[in-house]
Amino acid sequence: MRDASLLEAKGLVRRYTMRRGLLGRSVDVTAVAGVSLRLERGRTLGLVGESGCGKSTTGRMVLGMEVPDAGSVAFEGRPMPTPGTQAWRALRARMQMVFQDPLGALDRRMTIAAQVAEPLEIHRIGDTAERAFRVEALLRNVGLRPDQGARYPHELSGGQRQRAVLARALATSPAMMVCDEPISALDVSIQAQVMNLLVELQAEHGMGLLFISHDLRAVRQVSERVAVMYLGTIVEEGPPDALLQDARHPYTQALVSAIPHPGRSSNRIVLQGDPPNPASRPSGCAFHPRCPIATARCAREAPALRDTHEGRRVACHHADAPVLAEVA
Amino acid sequence: MSDSVLPAAAVAAPPKPRTRLPPAVALGIAWIGLMLAVALLAEVISPYAYTALDLRNRLSPPVFMDGNWAHVLGTDELGRDVLSRLFFSIRMSLLIAFGATIIGAAFGTTMGFLAAHFRGVVEQAVLTLVDFSASLPFLILALAVLAFFGNSLMLFIVLLGFHAWERYARIARGLAISAGAQGYAAAVRQLGATPLRVYWRHILPNIASTLIISMTLAFPEVILLESGLSFLGLGVQPPATSLGNMLGYGREYLTRAPWILLAPAFTIILTTLAISLVGDWLRDRVDPTLR
Repeated sequence: MRDASLLEAKGLVRRYTMRRGLLGRSVDVTAVAGVSLRLERGRTLGLVGESGCGKSTTGRMVLGMEVPDAGSVAFEGRPMPTPGTQAWRALRARMQMVFQDPLGALDRRMTIAAQVAEPLEIHRIGDTAERAFRVEALLRNVGLRPDQGARYPHELSGGQRQRAVLARALATSPAMMVCDEPISALDVSIQAQVMNLLVELQAEHGMGLLFISHDLRAVRQVSERVAVMYLGTIVEEGPPDALLQDARHPYTQALVSAIPHPGRSSNRIVLQGDPPNPASRPSGCAFHPRCPIATARCAREAPALRDTHEGRRVACHHADAPVLAEVA
Repeated sequence: MSDSVLPAAAVAAPPKPRTRLPPAVALGIAWIGLMLAVALLAEVISPYAYTALDLRNRLSPPVFMDGNWAHVLGTDELGRDVLSRLFFSIRMSLLIAFGATIIGAAFGTTMGFLAAHFRGVVEQAVLTLVDFSASLPFLILALAVLAFFGNSLMLFIVLLGFHAWERYARIARGLAISAGAQGYAAAVRQLGATPLRVYWRHILPNIASTLIISMTLAFPEVILLESGLSFLGLGVQPPATSLGNMLGYGREYLTRAPWILLAPAFTIILTTLAISLVGDWLRDRVDPTLR
């Protein structure tokens, strides 16, 4: 086990059973179909994909909030304990989650300070005076005034609430943080502030970050590596700049072309076909019904995620084909 | 949620808008206050002991029906003062209604939380019990229990407590599940909190308003149920008295001395109406989406 590896997930699979109608047959929905990823200490891995592609489920499994149907998660070299056990609860202090909706993630009947102090109480860190001191430091750390600790969540703005959620997540000095769409519920002007804060906090506290988002540009801003998910699998992984400039997977190419560029004539790749439905996964490569360069082979066999060059990985039979946008 | 779009300027604690009480609600609150005062001060304000007989003044009519001032609301067939009996009946009925409502709410909420937490078999068992309890005519069950186990005040209160527990169980289960799947409860669980902490410190305070409203709706029902059972002779036993007990024993004199029955009947009607009105108003007040 390499020392730098904070978290290692191998072949995660998660299926849900869904029933259609009153007497309908139950259908297996594969939310995550074999995802492997590694997060290093103090580094950031971005996870992008459209909604419903299983990125949030992956985040919850990595945190141990959900048990994968197959595959394994190892945190700091040790396997994830069963949820609800004492060991699992103790591990919560080492890994934290930041949610999409800060108002929903905060208890509206408790003050901000009480909620930031809560992880300290749960994990029995310090006495009352020390906790109060620590809460004040945490609030300052995320750019809130200590007197705002006496407020209730609905008395704060969206950005301030997300700062409060960050302060709570940082209270136990976690080694890993999973941010599940932490900025999508915020105004654009506040998004940038929270992103910058996240980068600063990471530099200061040195935690590993799994940044889940549907916004490729936001992910690019914070991440050292980016993984692109489509229908429960990672289709491409690599450094963000390389991924943006030279996407190898047709899905990534379509995503990159969808980023608006001022002053450049639009050469967007518009994907054909239906949006992906995890209840009926296509055979072979999950992307082949919508893929402009799909061949008969794509419908038969699923491509494996293989290393190409410069630390990049692609899951496509035609990854060496010329870039789509140039052909079009 | 409406307050998620508040601009930063609204951060300065917004002044709580003072809303005026609707007159009906104000009257309801006043009536409930009066009933509580009567219940607490029954010994002090009663002109007579509720068992005291005045055999020379049997079936004496109340003042407004040409009675005398010795017995303002008249007397019953044994010459007992109706006003004094009414005061003690209010105390007894309120005690039963409060006790039963609290027992029902505590038991139902606990069961609902258990179902929400364990899911699976426990949830199925609780839900089966809920359905069973909802489909069983409660009066029949109460008759059976009281006939077999005899009658004591404690047993009676506990029995009435199980009258509406399934409502609290349903509410608590539903709200706990929705809170646990998303939002604050999931966030706190993810911090490593024990289930007890999640339910007691977070979910209970957040759903308390709904439960309290439900209690104000169940409260009049318990009073009516107590009246019904006492009317049938299965509730509060003489010489103790309750509103329903007074009704039940007064019905034989309905044509000759209606005042025996009318005083407790109006008290029941006004009290249940007042609590329903206040409960309705309270529901609108504590629901943040309606404010």
